[in-house]
Amino acid sequence: MNHQEPLLKVEDLHQHFPVTRKFTVKAVNGVSFEIYPGETYGLVGESGSGKTTIGRSIIRLYNPTAGKITFDGSDISGKLNAEINRKLRTQMQMIFQDPMACLNPRKKVVDIIAQGLDVHHMYASKAERDEKVAKILEKVGLAPEHATRYPHQFSGGQRQRVGIARALIMNPKLIIADECISALDVSIQAQVVNLMKDLQEETGCAYLFIAHDLSMVKYISDRIGVLHQGYLLETGTTEEIFSNPIHPYTKGLLSAIPHPNPILEKSRVALSYDYKTSGLDYSKGTYHKVSDSHAILCTDEELAGWRQES
Amino acid sequence: MSEKEKILEIRDLDISFSTTSGSIHAIRGVNLDLYKGETVAIVGESGSGKSVTMKTAMGIMDSNATVNSGTILYTYTDENGVKKTVDIVKMSRHDIRTHINGRHMAMVFQDPMTSLDPTMPIGKQIMEGMIHHYHTPKDEAYRKALSLLELVGITDAEKRMKNYPHQLSGGMRQRVVIAISLACDPDLLICDEPTTALDVTIQAKILELIKDVQKKLGISVIYITHDLGVVAKVADYVNVMYAGRIVETGSINEIFYEPCHPYTWGLLSAMPDLDTDDDRLYTIPGSPPNLTHEIPGDAYAPRNHYALNIDDRLSPPMFKVSDTHYAATWLLHERAPQIELPPELKRRIERMKKEAEK
Repeated sequence: MNHQEPLLKVEDLHQHFPVTRKFTVKAVNGVSFEIYPGETYGLVGESGSGKTTIGRSIIRLYNPTAGKITFDGSDISGKLNAEINRKLRTQMQMIFQDPMACLNPRKKVVDIIAQGLDVHHMYASKAERDEKVAKILEKVGLAPEHATRYPHQFSGGQRQRVGIARALIMNPKLIIADECISALDVSIQAQVVNLMKDLQEETGCAYLFIAHDLSMVKYISDRIGVLHQGYLLETGTTEEIFSNPIHPYTKGLLSAIPHPNPILEKSRVALSYDYKTSGLDYSKGTYHKVSDSHAILCTDEELAGWRQES
Repeated sequence: MSEKEKILEIRDLDISFSTTSGSIHAIRGVNLDLYKGETVAIVGESGSGKSVTMKTAMGIMDSNATVNSGTILYTYTDENGVKKTVDIVKMSRHDIRTHINGRHMAMVFQDPMTSLDPTMPIGKQIMEGMIHHYHTPKDEAYRKALSLLELVGITDAEKRMKNYPHQLSGGMRQRVVIAISLACDPDLLICDEPTTALDVTIQAKILELIKDVQKKLGISVIYITHDLGVVAKVADYVNVMYAGRIVETGSINEIFYEPCHPYTWGLLSAMPDLDTDDDRLYTIPGSPPNLTHEIPGDAYAPRNHYALNIDDRLSPPMFKVSDTHYAATWLLHERAPQIELPPELKRRIERMKKEAEK
């Protein structure tokens, strides 16, 4: 995988929001990662850790404060010219968290899905437009007659399928899925995750999968980045993060997941991690490589200490 | 068994809602028992009737709901120390409001932002119930609110009393909601998906907090949730609900290690598991039934891989598996074919048992 050129390369991304003249919220601090074509990168962390901000900075819903984002060979972090803007707006798509809030309630599903095509003039005739929509609907497991309905006439899982169809119709290379399953029921979550996996196999698009539910992230991701307070603390393949977590925050996050095993779960106490009392200062850390794909943000002493513990 | 004190007994509860698209038969005969100091969980998909059942038990149903039949017997000790058993269904809304809600039964809702008043400091919100129900003097209520905030693990309680909900994080807000529900010393706490809106690290802390409080105060707790991981952590007994009926009930170990109903099998298999390397997640096929139509036979039959012919015609009764374990599936009938657990689930349960022995 590594000999390929990365599809998306984020280098030292900073995203700050000035609130008053003296106070700035530093939402993202020096985050770097890469996504290769056709793979899924999972970003996990608690609420307020900056996951969503990163997704939005990449797709340029925010203007990054500093850092460089390269998408498919072109720089998309600075001023966008018409050509790059068009590339970004067609090749990168987003699926949002709440399917009820992100679909226009006054539009029919066919118009919601085809909006991207309309904006970028990507069809010759109305018949072609309808055909494209019908094809996409079938792909995400909806029937053609669903096209003329309104969003409120669907169940939660179906609505999220509409959201996925809207992203897919542009035939994107990268889809940013921002907590796209958090608002759904467990059994529906599984359906949507399976659907996303199938679609990836079929179309070869890459996902940036943002979530706080680690158990679902495990199923879908090839690599995972753990985020806390705007710092990327640990990144590695799914296998490495789950079987050999090194940073105490990652360990805390993993142990917080309840296991469906009552005898074990009753006696188990989740490891708790508190940034304030842990004595760590994320801004002092540098990236230390444990293996080729597994890196941790820390100082030399911290790493040595954690290694000894385990 | 007999020495345990029964707090709540729901029998044959049947509720329908009248809507513009006709009457929805949401609850179709629910039976439930709760004893003092125990934790009972109700699990099921959205729309299975978990919340409606518990809202009815608290007398806060929506106005378009009608209780067709059934009883909800609630036993409590009133302020004179006399033990009383009342039928919530027959009580007037006003009586429930003045005698039961807050004082004896309290509820923690899913979203802490919508259940707190954004225009009132949290301290005042905690004191409100005490002053209303017990006419507690203000300074005494203030002291109690302080100790409650400390009980639920909020540091700097004195400063926080003056904070407004928007100044607190999601986990803190849910702690405040729990403090409010405990303000009038209830004996029954109903938690309606208390952690769904929170993320995992905070979820673990809130669950441990509720457990802790329960141990300290000796109250009973009912959890409404769809997360089986949460259930495994907190519950003593589990009720699995589907389409307005309880399809399986049993102790936590019976449900997790010896499930009998195909729907429970499905739920357990659909639970993402950190230890397997399967590529695909198991999903229960189809979607829950539309309750506007009467369902002949077993409501789960159309989605059930193991459905028998009789399931289409006759709804199965509760079959007894053990003293505490019952399941509503024809598969337990003596003349039904012997069906093994799905192999994947069987492997998983065996692995869970092995892990538990360690």
